[in-house]
Amino acid sequence: MITLTIDNQKIAVEEGTTILEAAEKLGIKIPTLCYLKDINVIGACRICVVEVQGAKAYVPACVAPVAEGMVVRTNTPAVIKARKLILELILSDHPMECLTCVRNQNCELQKLAEAFGLTEIRFEGEKTSYPIDNSSPAIVRDPRKCVLCRRCVAVCTEIQTVNAIQAQERGFNSLIAPAFNEQLANVECVQCGQCSLVCPTAAIHEVDDTGRVWEALADPKKHVIVQTAPATRVQVGETIGAEPGSIVTGQMVAGLRRLGFDKVFDTDFTADLTILEEGNELLQRIQTGGTLPMITSCSPGWIKFAEHFYPDLLPHLSTCKSPQQMFGALAKTYYAEKAGIDPADIFSVSIMPCTAKKYECTRPEMKSSGYQDVDVVLTSRELGRMFKQAGLDMANLPEEEYDAPLGISTGAGEIFGASGGVMEAALRTVYEVVTGKELPNINFTECRGLTGVKEATVQVGDLPVKIAITNGLGNARKVLDKIRAGEADYHFIEIMCCPGGCIGGGGSPIPTDTEIRLKRIDATYTEDERMALRKSHENPAVNELYQEFLEKPLGHKSHELLHTHYTKRNRYQEEEC
Amino acid sequence: MATCSCCCGEDELTKQLDKIIEPYRGQPGGLIQVLTKAQELIGYLPKWALISIAKGLGLSLQDVYGVVTFYAFFSLIPRGRHKISVCAGTACYVKGTKMVTKTLREVLGIKPGQTTPDSRFTLEVVRCIGACGLAPAMIIDGKDVHGRLEPEQIPQILEQYA
Amino acid sequence: MKSLDELAKIRDSRRAALKIREGVPSATEKAHIMMCGGAGCISSKCTDIVEAMKECLAKNGIADQVQIILTGCMGPCDMGPVAIVYPDATFYRRLKVKDAEAIVEEHILKGNPVQRLLYRTPGAKEPTRCVHDIDLFKKQKKIVLRNNFYIDPTSIEDYIARDGYAALAKALTQMEPGEIIEEVKKSGLRGRGGAGFSTGMKWGFTAAAKGSPKYVVCNGDEGDPGAFMDRSVLEGDPHSIIEGMAICGRAIGSEQGYVYVRAEYPLAIERLSNAIDDARRYGLLGKNIFETGFNFDIEIRIGAGAFVCGEETALLTSIEGKRGEPRPRPPFPANAGVWGKPTVLNNVETWANIPEIILKGAEWFSTIGTEKSKGTKVFALAGRINNTGIVEVPMGTTLREIVFEIGGGIPRKKLFKAVQTGGPSGGCIPADYLDTPVDYDSLGALGAIMGSGGMIVMDEDTCMVDIAKFFIDFCVDESCGKCSPCRIGTKRMLEILERITTGNGKEGDIELLQELATTIKSTALCGLGQTAPNPVLSTIRYFRHEYEEHIKEHYCRSGVCEFKE
Repeated sequence: MITLTIDNQKIAVEEGTTILEAAEKLGIKIPTLCYLKDINVIGACRICVVEVQGAKAYVPACVAPVAEGMVVRTNTPAVIKARKLILELILSDHPMECLTCVRNQNCELQKLAEAFGLTEIRFEGEKTSYPIDNSSPAIVRDPRKCVLCRRCVAVCTEIQTVNAIQAQERGFNSLIAPAFNEQLANVECVQCGQCSLVCPTAAIHEVDDTGRVWEALADPKKHVIVQTAPATRVQVGETIGAEPGSIVTGQMVAGLRRLGFDKVFDTDFTADLTILEEGNELLQRIQTGGTLPMITSCSPGWIKFAEHFYPDLLPHLSTCKSPQQMFGALAKTYYAEKAGIDPADIFSVSIMPCTAKKYECTRPEMKSSGYQDVDVVLTSRELGRMFKQAGLDMANLPEEEYDAPLGISTGAGEIFGASGGVMEAALRTVYEVVTGKELPNINFTECRGLTGVKEATVQVGDLPVKIAITNGLGNARKVLDKIRAGEADYHFIEIMCCPGGCIGGGGSPIPTDTEIRLKRIDATYTEDERMALRKSHENPAVNELYQEFLEKPLGHKSHELLHTHYTKRNRYQEEEC
Repeated sequence: MATCSCCCGEDELTKQLDKIIEPYRGQPGGLIQVLTKAQELIGYLPKWALISIAKGLGLSLQDVYGVVTFYAFFSLIPRGRHKISVCAGTACYVKGTKMVTKTLREVLGIKPGQTTPDSRFTLEVVRCIGACGLAPAMIIDGKDVHGRLEPEQIPQILEQYA
Repeated sequence: MKSLDELAKIRDSRRAALKIREGVPSATEKAHIMMCGGAGCISSKCTDIVEAMKECLAKNGIADQVQIILTGCMGPCDMGPVAIVYPDATFYRRLKVKDAEAIVEEHILKGNPVQRLLYRTPGAKEPTRCVHDIDLFKKQKKIVLRNNFYIDPTSIEDYIARDGYAALAKALTQMEPGEIIEEVKKSGLRGRGGAGFSTGMKWGFTAAAKGSPKYVVCNGDEGDPGAFMDRSVLEGDPHSIIEGMAICGRAIGSEQGYVYVRAEYPLAIERLSNAIDDARRYGLLGKNIFETGFNFDIEIRIGAGAFVCGEETALLTSIEGKRGEPRPRPPFPANAGVWGKPTVLNNVETWANIPEIILKGAEWFSTIGTEKSKGTKVFALAGRINNTGIVEVPMGTTLREIVFEIGGGIPRKKLFKAVQTGGPSGGCIPADYLDTPVDYDSLGALGAIMGSGGMIVMDEDTCMVDIAKFFIDFCVDESCGKCSPCRIGTKRMLEILERITTGNGKEGDIELLQELATTIKSTALCGLGQTAPNPVLSTIRYFRHEYEEHIKEHYCRSGVCEFKE
């Protein structure tokens, strides 16, 4: 243990603790900007500087380890003055568009400026002027607002191992971008949006599609329907200030109706459907000697990652579309037919915790209904924004139910939102379909939690099914490299692009950190237990869908509407030969 | 000098570049050495070369580009046949770098960092070339130091370079 | 080469052959002509003179009796091309191709030194013939540059003849690693790169650090604008670096060294690279050196043009092939350096001191210099001064001695205004402080720094605001961009200085500059940022009136700044 003094208070902490962490233990919150616990600890912004007795310059608290007998002062007038000047400098290179900024009132830089009482910027000079990159359907890159904290780089490189953006140029011209400042749409970016989740400002943010939705809602000719992803109900509440982990399913449904959606449906419905299609695909692959292990295909960031980085492994991917796209295809066929609406008049919106979904719905193959299956994807953040614009206080809305039939779901569909959920849902169904027996224990706790790579063997009748579950693409790599090396004997692997699964997706409310992810996961399983039905194959609406329309899993119509194919992509900006 | 090369591997430069990359295959640590040699080979660092290098060393193109744009020595664009580097070390500055640069700008009609339209000269202002005794000085093609420069000498000096 | 005996044999036989350079006439050779091959002399076409001399020697049939050697930089760049003719150690300056004939036919054949080519002390009636009698050199003390008058830098045997590699032999066969470190500590040697940390302590930390392998690194990324000391050593005496590093390898338990040299020094890279090859061939690098079981080898890494790579953590990152961005310390390189392993990092000049310290002992070394700054320091004198070039003086020599006695004062009877030390990290020292002894602490107290050894003299025609702008401009250009105070702060300082020097300065700009400077100094991530404001602070401190004249009167007393109304 190391004993030191911070602001006249003595404290003993373990060796290797930083000044920032030690101060936190004393209830002293040293301000930070570039710091991101465990992910980006580089001491770049210098906002967290403190005075250490005997040191010739100020010391960055976020990276400096404590030392025996150290005497630290975190808030002398000189320190505060220095921090304030650094902030003033950062703001002198920042567009003053706060009122019209997507991160207004949820911006770390703005909060610091307010906390330090910054009322004037005395420096007029050159500002960073790289153009805004809005090439991507999902993510906007606005270098003018970048404070070069490099959190995005750390997440993209260390957590996701995509490495689509890096520090380029140097000095005042520094820029975080793909090589050659190429547009995001043209590089190996998987559109996961984890960068937008950690950006302290609006230098990287989701494409705002709320305008298109408002327009559709106002168009009397349009029948506007909406689907909500499993994870949305455990995170949208945070956009209006609810505690992380609040479950707002009913209020969200009520809110969506009040926004003017004609029908409020649920992606959980097609999540259940996915289990039936994917479960059967797995069994078929096992029985017919197909490519194994089979890997889930719900996560569009993961799909794009596989296409760029592991194109040789594409045959391992399940051919099932994601629940969002299954929903999209069915909405403009099955539902249109059933409701007697011209699919051309249907405007299909989805609410997702995800930026990559915005990209997914624009993929050229996602038009199996004859129209673009899903017209617009809104992230949880954008939905929160719409509620605010409409003056809807979700906390005071009544709880309402989803519309039938595409709003009927089970707990199995619900847990898709958490890492391991797809696997657990699949096991619940596969076990009962194969053995014909009821599961003694429906909770596969070995699938749950934030561990990067989870492995288990589950006895399904005679067959010991070997499974693996990963969240975060860096963890996916570990398993994928094993497959490449021929060292993987799994049958089925669940891969989710984002850490924690969809509840930690790139379209989630800001902030999203490990602690918040855990709370959303807890809420997900609470919601699962609250459901009357918890196994996909027991979903009556899904069964009706098969009877009325699809006939059987993996049938002809299923293939047409619910399955897809993948495209090999390069990762080096190469032009075609 | 090739301005374009595709991935077909037939181009002579591509083969030579592969030879440079080979000893460093899968070793990201060799990046700066490979870039230095590649620029020596090609004269500058075209995109196709950066892609080959990234693939060879097991890096993302972003990593490679980030390094290329960090170091002043690397150039992404073709340069003129002759490189004029005006020394902007302190000794030269005190003795008249500004005058030298101004004259060169006028004579060549380009700004530092640019190349004349006939590809004859590239003008650069560089860090100290270590010829402080000859201030103000410039160095042409990395080897010919011209020191104690007076504006009226400059056109004559340039005439030596075709 | 395997044994100490073999080393001694080479040394003795080569030394006998080189006696002439110590002033002993030879029975078989008439002369050795040491032509300065420093950058300045080379660009003044000294190689053409060499050719002309060779031709003339051949014409006179004495080509085999005279050796012509291209040496490293001899120092007096302003007088170049210069040469020394042995055995009588005659010093010639401002040579031209047409002088070759006179030297050969008058001096070498007839023994009459060519009077018109000799050095003349300003004001003296008679020229001074012998290099050892010239004031400019007499005031100097050569440890780092001990070999530049004497050896062919491309010859390992020349180096060995001057006791080269004897220190390595001693360290390997007569000293324990701990003793080597103790010796370096006792010598009082401090890092010559600028910060002046005790070299021996650095070695001690690295030796004690957990982790292996360990690395020895030489910082040859000399980047201060106006400094070319390291270049002179690398080009003139590359083996001294190799030997110093190998000794450290033995002391800390390292088998691998890296020399990081900037790409702008092609000749230094070539000479060093050849020297490494030679050392390997002679068994002085590689496996089982002197059959002691000690292995050590060196690789060269070429810096690709980033001043910030002179900062130690940036340099180490650059060796790994990455963007040379500094990182916070701790951990220090002694614990986590190249590839995260314990690493000793010293600059070229520091390494060149090591063999002499080991060979002659810490006691000898510590008699030179001042109480807290031992040994000598090499400076690159430039700017408005008569004797531009490289000088090596004992620590404690005053600025006045360097500028006016060694440097010969200011040309054209202009008035001395300031001397700038430490490059972009340093400060400008005005006339009032000319009697300050040059050592780490005295310069620091004046708001300047020792730095790596650039010393730029300024006269009344130099505008101090413009000079401050020049240095900040340099730092803006070279800032890596990682930390906000340096990235944005230096840029804003430059913008303020730009408006002051164009007549748009405002009341309060000086105070704003000071506020920025103080904050950048205390909050920037690395040494580059923390020292970048020094030139501004020191010029405001000593030349505030010039700033005020620019702002209030739109007047530049040096006539440098142009005011656009």
